[in-house]
Amino acid sequence: MSSQYVYVTYIRTTPQKLWDALTSPEFQRKYWFNMHQESEWKKGSSWKMLFEDGRVADAGEIVEADPPRRAVIKWRNEFRPEIAAEGHAICTYEIAQEGELCKLTVKHEIDAPPPSKFIEAVSGGWPKILSSLKTFLETGEALPRPAT
Amino acid sequence: MSMDAVFKALADPTRRQLLDSLHANNGQTLGTLCEQMDMTRQAVSKHLAILEEANVVATVKDGREKLHYLNPVPINDIAERWIGKYERGRVKALSDLKKNLERED
Repeated sequence: MSSQYVYVTYIRTTPQKLWDALTSPEFQRKYWFNMHQESEWKKGSSWKMLFEDGRVADAGEIVEADPPRRAVIKWRNEFRPEIAAEGHAICTYEIAQEGELCKLTVKHEIDAPPPSKFIEAVSGGWPKILSSLKTFLETGEALPRPAT
Repeated sequence: MSMDAVFKALADPTRRQLLDSLHANNGQTLGTLCEQMDMTRQAVSKHLAILEEANVVATVKDGREKLHYLNPVPINDIAERWIGKYERGRVKALSDLKKNLERED
């Protein structure tokens, strides 16, 4: 049995700008708790999420990349052993234009029965990251970094 | 995709009950949700449509089934809109205090 979460946000932007905001480290740092990711965003390329100080938070690889519409990341936590023990999760980004808005769907699933520790950990983060991403793309400024 | 739609969606006890049910058990079908509600399938379906319209419920097709997920992003957008950087810590502390005091041991 797998655990899955789905997040959807509508952002007033273009698919290309949204893709760039999701994949480029300089943009990620602004809305992703000061973290950033390293990857070439091509099928088979490695993928890493890094803390501000350079420690690796998560690592994996790009399973699919179809810019600016779809990316699938194989994603494993690397810094909390109890979460890393659950193995790889799959994270899918889907971008669809709907009129003046872009619909971003983020699915995160792991082959572990609920309640998965991994899903529990990312589910607190995604709403904050996506709200901040939306504000960043629509106003040019991200939300202040959460206090907790 | 307005905040009005989110407030309207939340301003109904049945719809909040549906969200609570998804919060406890995410990714349910219409059938499973109906089993917990004391109303017709059509009524539940109508409430879900309002929640989906406001984007507080996201749906994913899984074969022939449609799975419903609680999407907290618009609710977080509302919280961020009125809870600023400095208040957040204090609001969290108060909300933790309330939770602790109201807990039945």
